[in-house]
Amino acid sequence: MLAFIIRRLAQALLVLMAVGFVSFAMFKFMGDPVENMLGQEATVADRAALEERLGLNDPIIVQYVRFFGRALSGDFGVSYRVGLPVGEVIMERLPATLELAFLSGVIAISLGFTLGVYTAIKRDGYIANFIMTTSLIGVSLPTFLIGVFLIWLFAVNLGWLPSFGRGDTRSFFGVDLAILTVDGLKSMILPAITLGLYQMTLIMRLVRSEMLEVLRTDYIRFARARGLSQKTINFGHAMKNTLVPVITVTGLQFGSIVAFAIITESVFQWPGVGLLFINAVNFVDIPVMSAYLLLVAVIFVTINLIVDLLYFTIDPRLSVSNN
Amino acid sequence: MSNSPLLQVSDLIVEFPTRSGVLRPVDRVGFDVRAGEIVGLVGESGAGKSMCGSAIIGLIDRPGRISGGEIRLNGERIDNLPEERLRHIRGKRIAMVFQDPLTSLNPLMTVGQQLIQTIRTHLPLSANDARARAIGLLEEVGIPAAAARIDAYPHQFSGGMRQRVVIALALAAEPELIIADEPTTALDVSVQAQIMALLKRLCRERGTAVILITHDMGVIAETTDRVAVLYAGRIAEIGPTRNVLSTPSHPYTVGLMASTPSTTGSLHTLSQIPGSMPNLRAIPKGCAFNARCGKAFSPCFQDIPVLEPVEGSEVACWLYDPAYQNTKETSGASE
Repeated sequence: MLAFIIRRLAQALLVLMAVGFVSFAMFKFMGDPVENMLGQEATVADRAALEERLGLNDPIIVQYVRFFGRALSGDFGVSYRVGLPVGEVIMERLPATLELAFLSGVIAISLGFTLGVYTAIKRDGYIANFIMTTSLIGVSLPTFLIGVFLIWLFAVNLGWLPSFGRGDTRSFFGVDLAILTVDGLKSMILPAITLGLYQMTLIMRLVRSEMLEVLRTDYIRFARARGLSQKTINFGHAMKNTLVPVITVTGLQFGSIVAFAIITESVFQWPGVGLLFINAVNFVDIPVMSAYLLLVAVIFVTINLIVDLLYFTIDPRLSVSNN
Repeated sequence: MSNSPLLQVSDLIVEFPTRSGVLRPVDRVGFDVRAGEIVGLVGESGAGKSMCGSAIIGLIDRPGRISGGEIRLNGERIDNLPEERLRHIRGKRIAMVFQDPLTSLNPLMTVGQQLIQTIRTHLPLSANDARARAIGLLEEVGIPAAAARIDAYPHQFSGGMRQRVVIALALAAEPELIIADEPTTALDVSVQAQIMALLKRLCRERGTAVILITHDMGVIAETTDRVAVLYAGRIAEIGPTRNVLSTPSHPYTVGLMASTPSTTGSLHTLSQIPGSMPNLRAIPKGCAFNARCGKAFSPCFQDIPVLEPVEGSEVACWLYDPAYQNTKETSGASE
């Protein structure tokens, strides 16, 4: 078990170094930092002096190792646009994205799982068929369209919920969270649904097909032949066996909720890292973009690690101590 | 043993509606099982043996259904019971053992959890009592160190041991009848005999009746009291095992016996029955076996034979019909 964790951590580090190289390369290939810093009137001597001072004449590898080392300690340089350390800028925005991702993840997983199990058990029922058909909309409609539609319906026409912004926040251990206030929560509902709808339908369809698969297995048949109640079979035997593949996909989906909240955050002007990234792209704010790239990689790698560990708690066959 | 049978199956018909018409994997099958008796159902794959077993325990997969006949357990009809009533019969009065012990157990639950759950579904026992009973059952089926092994997961057992666990699960609530559907087919030959002996011993001790579904004539010979030979969803021959095996009457049974290796007889080339069992979509008119039968004659291509008593067994074959006793010698022809 410990060896497994160490091995996975080593793999995670390799992945991060590869992604780190890409975000490092952004500085090299997107614009010229020296030009940006000195302006057009600089002399060749000024340039040479600055290049020497910034270490740009060192071998690429040395520069990369220096970059990665600094990144590990949270130092991504200074944002071109706002002139503040990138780490600070991102940390200020990250709670907004994380709480939004958390809420939409909770919605997606709880609703997706419940509906998936329901549609599998009542596979020929009218309601189940209706849900399945409707879920096609969730899978096929683009996120921004759903967001705009929800704004049109609930903010513009019904006036129930705010159409943009984060609302009030409350400080929790020094972190400002909107999820803790009523106003903030109201502001979160629409973006959270928008962000989670696709994941929800995906999880639902996956749970359903896995569940149908499991319900056909011999051990379910044997459980029925032993007279166990339908409830015990569905929830005690079948559901747990659907978890392994479902957790894999759900984990990855949660990663993409965080990583690709960009569109939703733009539509709802949600002040998270996604919106920060879009602005950074517009201003060619390379330090922010490169830090964002690494952040996304860290989130994915972490979630994958958690998913791998969850397998062990669910499936005893994976434990190394087979006797 | 009382005289009224424990299980009465009469004229059982199982049908599967498909796009290309209704299939009948079981067609007017009838047999009795007396308390404590071991009855074999033998036949090729697709002969309808497993479907009979599923029908009796009420586990036919949709869209299949019982469309005719009756199944009675101790005189009470069980084929038309609502699911909830049927559930209390399954496991409690009729249990089932499946072919593949590797897939019969839930991989994510310990064998103890599965046993205790089954026991407590049917018997009013506390968790501790159920656990004690589960350990007792595991000991009875020959799991060494049962008290320790009860908390192991199925993958920690070998195939033979898992089938023992499956048998323990089937016996958990002391059923009156166990349907064993090819219980040893998936096991090593060396383990097969052990499992069959175990099943036979436990059922004899408890007076549990068994319906043994198999294609293995050797297992039939060693284990069963009576045997029904199925062909294309119908019973070709049924009778006391010794009788059917030593003096087979139906040409199909004769063929089956000739194609089974024997340890006592001299070594000779095994014969085989030519052709294969007809597809359910294309069962020939008359006797389903007519195309493969060396003794088929005119009525075999016209009408379906019914079971008639022949030499202590019952046989569905026109050869033994009194009306044709004289003609069959002259007009014998095969396709």
